[in-house]
Amino acid sequence: MVKFTEQERDVVRAVWEKVDVDEIGPEALIRVLITYPWTERYFGKFGDLFSISAVSTNAKLAEHGKVVLRSLGRAVEDMDNIKKTYAELSRLHCEKIHVDPDNFRLLADCITITIACKLKSTFNSNVQATWQKFLTAVVEAMTSQYN
Amino acid sequence: MLSKKEKELIIEIWEKLTPVAADIGSDALLRMFASYPGTKTYFSHLDISARSRHLLFHGKKIVQAITEGAKDISQLTVTLAPLQTLHAYQLRIDPTNFKVQLFSHCMLVALACHMGDDFTAVAHAAMDKFLSAFAAVLAEKYR
Repeated sequence: MVKFTEQERDVVRAVWEKVDVDEIGPEALIRVLITYPWTERYFGKFGDLFSISAVSTNAKLAEHGKVVLRSLGRAVEDMDNIKKTYAELSRLHCEKIHVDPDNFRLLADCITITIACKLKSTFNSNVQATWQKFLTAVVEAMTSQYN
Repeated sequence: MLSKKEKELIIEIWEKLTPVAADIGSDALLRMFASYPGTKTYFSHLDISARSRHLLFHGKKIVQAITEGAKDISQLTVTLAPLQTLHAYQLRIDPTNFKVQLFSHCMLVALACHMGDDFTAVAHAAMDKFLSAFAAVLAEKYR
C-alpha cells in the first residue's frame, strides 16, 4: 500500500485546494480526447466527438469531466484508503465499460498538465513529484479490480 | 502524424522559447529527477541541483536540439543522427526514459507551467506527438 508522509499529504491538499473541479475536470478530459483520439471509443453515447471543436463544446463530456474530478476529491480526503475508494469504480470500468486501464495513466497525465497550466510556477518539481505519486496510487486503484 | 498547422504551431512555440531555453530545459530535467529518481543515475558525474551550471547548460542543449528538430520534422532522422549515435553508443541511456511518463512528460509539464493557458489542448496534443516522434527517432540506433 502506498504510504504518504505528512508533508506529502499537505502538498496534495494544497494543490487540491486550488483546483476548481468544474473547470479542471472538463478541460482535462478534453485534453485526453484531443491528444489521444482513440479514447473516443469509450464515449459513443456522448454524441459528436469527431472534431476538436466538437470535443471542446460537448456538454456530456464536460459533465463527465466534473464527475471524474469530483471522485478524485474523495481520494484526497482519504489518502490511506485510495484502493478501497476506487474498488467499485475499478470493477465498473473493467466489467461494464471495458476500458483499457492504460487510459487511466493518460487521464492522470492530462489532469497533471491541466493543473500545471493553472498553477504555473507554484507547481514546481517537488509538488509535481508528490502530486504524481498520489495520482499513481489512484491509477493503481482504478486498475486493481481488473481480471 | 502532424498536420501543417501543428508543425507551424510547434516551430512557433520553440522559437518563442529560445531566450529561455536553459530555464525550460533545466526545469524539465529537474522535474524528471524529482518524479523519477532512477533517471539521476545517468548524471552522477554532474551537479544537477536546481540552477546549477551543469543543469542549465544541459537543459539548454536539449531545448536547442528539440528546436532544431522542430524546424523540419520530416528530416528528424537526419537532424538527430549525431545525437542518436551519442545516446545509443556512448551514453547508453535506457531509451524508455525518453518517452511518455519520463522526460517527454516532464517537458510537457514544464511547458504548461511556463505558458499557462497558452498551452492549449491543441498545443498540448501537437507537442505530445512531436516529442513522441523525437524520442522514437533518438532511440532508433539502439538496436
